[in-house]
Amino acid sequence: MTDTSPLARKTRMATLAKAPPARLAALFPDLPPHHVLRRPEIGAVMVRGRVGATGAAFNLGEMTVTRASVRLETGEVGHAWVQGRDRTHALRAAALDALMQTGAADDLTARILRPLESEAEARQTARATKAAATKVDFFTMVRGEDK
Amino acid sequence: MYVAVKGGERAIDNAHQWLAEERRGAPTVPELTIPQIREQMALAVNRVMAEGSLYDPDLAALAIKQARGDLIEAVFLIRAYRTTLPRLAASNPVDTGGMAVDRRISATFKDLPGGQVLGPTFDYTHRLLDFALMAEGDPPTPIPSPPGGGEAPGPTVSHTHDPKAPPSPRVGEGWGGGAPRIPHVTSFLNRDGLIETANPSDATPPDLTREPMELPADRTLRLQALARGDEGFILSMAYSTQRGYGRTHAFVGELRIGTVAVEVDIPELGFAVEIGEIELTECETVNQFKGSRTEPPQFTRGYGLVMGQSERKAIAMSLVDRSLRWQELGEDFTGAPAQDEEFVLMHCDNIQATGFLEHIKLPHYVDFQAELELVRKLRAEAVAMREAAE
Repeated sequence: MTDTSPLARKTRMATLAKAPPARLAALFPDLPPHHVLRRPEIGAVMVRGRVGATGAAFNLGEMTVTRASVRLETGEVGHAWVQGRDRTHALRAAALDALMQTGAADDLTARILRPLESEAEARQTARATKAAATKVDFFTMVRGEDK
Repeated sequence: MYVAVKGGERAIDNAHQWLAEERRGAPTVPELTIPQIREQMALAVNRVMAEGSLYDPDLAALAIKQARGDLIEAVFLIRAYRTTLPRLAASNPVDTGGMAVDRRISATFKDLPGGQVLGPTFDYTHRLLDFALMAEGDPPTPIPSPPGGGEAPGPTVSHTHDPKAPPSPRVGEGWGGGAPRIPHVTSFLNRDGLIETANPSDATPPDLTREPMELPADRTLRLQALARGDEGFILSMAYSTQRGYGRTHAFVGELRIGTVAVEVDIPELGFAVEIGEIELTECETVNQFKGSRTEPPQFTRGYGLVMGQSERKAIAMSLVDRSLRWQELGEDFTGAPAQDEEFVLMHCDNIQATGFLEHIKLPHYVDFQAELELVRKLRAEAVAMREAAE
């Protein structure tokens, strides 16, 4: 399944960007032969919010980001934009983005992307479960002056 | 004005070396690591990120260590670092309605859809010192398993699930199908037309890190300034409105803390990609409003959004935001500091304030020499006049 649709690519790039760098390195230790098109560059992205959550956009503050682009020897080009300042994280994500356009896609999906996705979901579920355990029902008491 | 001085290099070097020694403290005590600060001093890290206006927990932890715990000095280090970073892009506005919520409470609706979620809060604690935290070496007291299958917090995230544990309701269950979207409280009031609406706009907002702030500022610029402003200053401004200096009758409509994805349009690809996740605190106040020449009686809103977990700052920000909107809503200016845009915006930045305040300790020898000459001259004249009169 060499899915190059924008949606599939969008999803996998998000998965790779949000993966803990050490975990990605463990699952994908060796980069394939590649040519670096854009060396990992550390910079900032201005994060925007909306007035009243739904209104006009405003600048909230920046976050650190690293981006990189690579081309495989077979010609596929991969890009990565990842939070933080980990250069190898960006390179790995870019190389995987390129490899996902080759015949290795199915194997990489099973070995790397699926585990990263399920671990991310497990982390989110673990937090949501703790949050749910602190859900309360307040009830109002009858006050003296109401009698 | 202070002037350049020469000399003192050796004294300065020695002072910095001593600073490094004092920073380390007693060598018999283990040195703090960056992960320790990041994980165990998380709220200090959050404050440095918010006021440094750069989301990067590791860098904020490093700044706190380097600054010996002086948070404003740490903010200064982060602000200095961020000026070295190229601006790669601006994100799409974050969707706080899609926040993975750790905490979400409302002081206006007790039965709000999606529920009240306390999260890891200091509220309802007794504020008694917990001496158990002082007992080094003892294993932490095991936390009883909360009802509903919640797990006690541990140092590592467990990926295994106990099949016997009862299924726990997901936060926001029943809203928006699959993804647990949690509706904002103000949207309930919106439905009845009882509260002003915030109409979406994707106009490029002004950026005070790029263009010097000009007054009058629009609301988007004010929110940027408040989001990076000093927590103590904004708290005091908000408190002053509660005590009557520009009263706005605020209720916390909703306060939520959690993580949101940050999405950026990638020019190489032509579509947007989530590049990471950040923790945010959001507060919306609901304010009584009797109506004005231009607006019908309805509830109005104040908004606060802060990086990290920082509910004191988010609540304070939303009060100050509302207070600064007096002109837009046709209210009277009562002369209260929290209504005065120039007063608030020009004094809320602790790095600007520290810079100007502390510069007076730097050599002002030439200035002072001139002052000294002047005072001597005036004294001599005064003495001469008194003598002449006698």
